[in-house]
Amino acid sequence: MTNGTDKQLPTADPGLRAHAPAVSAARARRWGSFFYAEQVLRVMRGYSWSFIMYSIAQPAAYLFAMGVGLATLVDANGAAAFGGVSYLQFIAPALIVSAAVMTASGEFSYPIMDGFKWRRVFYGPHASPLVPQQIAAGHVIAVTLKFLVQSVAYFIIVALFNGSPGAWGWICALVATLAGLSFGLPLMAYASSITKDSGQFALVQRFIVVPLFLFSGTFFPLDSLPLAVRWIGWISPVWHGTELGRMFTYGMEESPVLTVVHVLYLVAAAAAGWVLTRRQFVKRMGQ
Amino acid sequence: MNPDAVISAEQLRKNYGDVAAVDGISFEVPAGESFGLLGPNGAGKSTTMKMIGGVSQRTSGKLSIMGLDPDVNGPEVRAHLGVVPQQDNLDEELKVRENLIVYGRYFGLPLSYLRPKADELLEFAQLTDKAKSRVDALSGGMKRRLTIARSLINEPKILLLDEPTTGLDPQARHILWDRLFRLKEQGVTLILTTHYMDEAEQLCDRLIVVDKGRIMAEGSPASLIREHSTREVLELRFGSERNATIGAELQGVGERLETLPDRVLIYAEDGETALEQVSARGLHPLTSLVRRSSLEDVFLRLTGRSLVD
Repeated sequence: MTNGTDKQLPTADPGLRAHAPAVSAARARRWGSFFYAEQVLRVMRGYSWSFIMYSIAQPAAYLFAMGVGLATLVDANGAAAFGGVSYLQFIAPALIVSAAVMTASGEFSYPIMDGFKWRRVFYGPHASPLVPQQIAAGHVIAVTLKFLVQSVAYFIIVALFNGSPGAWGWICALVATLAGLSFGLPLMAYASSITKDSGQFALVQRFIVVPLFLFSGTFFPLDSLPLAVRWIGWISPVWHGTELGRMFTYGMEESPVLTVVHVLYLVAAAAAGWVLTRRQFVKRMGQ
Repeated sequence: MNPDAVISAEQLRKNYGDVAAVDGISFEVPAGESFGLLGPNGAGKSTTMKMIGGVSQRTSGKLSIMGLDPDVNGPEVRAHLGVVPQQDNLDEELKVRENLIVYGRYFGLPLSYLRPKADELLEFAQLTDKAKSRVDALSGGMKRRLTIARSLINEPKILLLDEPTTGLDPQARHILWDRLFRLKEQGVTLILTTHYMDEAEQLCDRLIVVDKGRIMAEGSPASLIREHSTREVLELRFGSERNATIGAELQGVGERLETLPDRVLIYAEDGETALEQVSARGLHPLTSLVRRSSLEDVFLRLTGRSLVD
């Protein structure tokens, strides 16, 4: 290395001036969450290839296997058990919703621990005009966009496989995004509260995410499960999201009261998760 | 409080439970000064920096940064600052140049400003050829320089540096000091914590010596040394077993004597004369060294402990 005496100073170009600190503060107060979301999206861009594979190749493989394999077998034995639609149409909304919830389990767990503890990336913006709740919100905004893009891509593939005969099927992508937040935000609140990783996230994956996927009426109607395990579906964002999705993709008939319950449940879980997350970020970063 | 001060602290206190990490300290920093907080680990330096940086609420006392209260106007205070934390928190998944741009976005700065500014700062930090590298490919010294470059993206008038060179090799430290000295020449107010006395002597116009959350002394490095130590110090090593017992035989040599586990320090205006007096008493140390007094000696005098316990 040289001693660098010939190097330029930071204000070498007199025409290049930052705006006044008061402007920075005002902009940060107003748009800070989006500024942080931009950072998260830039990091995600580094993983675009695996995201494309996850959003397109995996759904295509799933639907091909289900559509050509399992669905042929199930449909040959009568579609009555699945509300009169093909098996592929029955499971398609569940797969879209489940994929969003699976993504949520990744995006709202390890990256939060990373931000607070491993690489401490939350503490960089914390020293800027951003406030902790904006850092939390920025992460949520970026991940929400990811859910949306992924769910829309999944829906397009479902439509190509004739998995969504109704005109309103695309709303399923929005429902999946909501379900992802409904599961993800409480997980984010939990992740932001733990200071030591002792394998908690692996446990969440194995003992919460997988059972929710299997017992939420994904591959068969929830009614066909014994009552002893049916409650798993009732508390599962996957089930509430899937049931809503089925209404939009193939017009599944359902009591309006139950529809309201699905929406309220998903919104309430997401809102509660956000309130707790916000509180946890402020508490942890304000010490 | 002095209206010209960019930072004013009055009886600043921070408690964690029953423990007072910062125990009622007061100081003022005028614009353009390079001000240091010198003390051992756990003295309360970083906690003070966090309160100045508006990321940790004080328990009591007054604190004003550019006339603003950081507990009330956190974003406004932080918009004035550049911060180099003790632990690097660069985004290792982003490229070197992108780290600067992303950080500038937190201040709402437009890309038309940030792109050329990032290039300028990379030049300043001697990292231009690493602009497209991933951060995890950088050495410790390079990461530190990138963190400093990042802290300058908003052209702050006040730069907070928390242990800026801890963990760096001597060459990397000297490069950093050179960069910081240039900022000081440009009129940037530097606030730095360190437990390296040479760093404090190199960079600080004025400093406070902090221990257990309290200010032990305040002044310029030279005035602190003048006030609390002699001009020279004679360091003698008699071997770990004899060091502790030799004190009685050295009484009267120099102005003051400090016995440490590994050496004996004799404080004197003239170290060579003191060494002659030791020899005249028939005492023959294994090694001897005459040096100028440093802030380490000031700290030892004030607290009875070494800075790097």
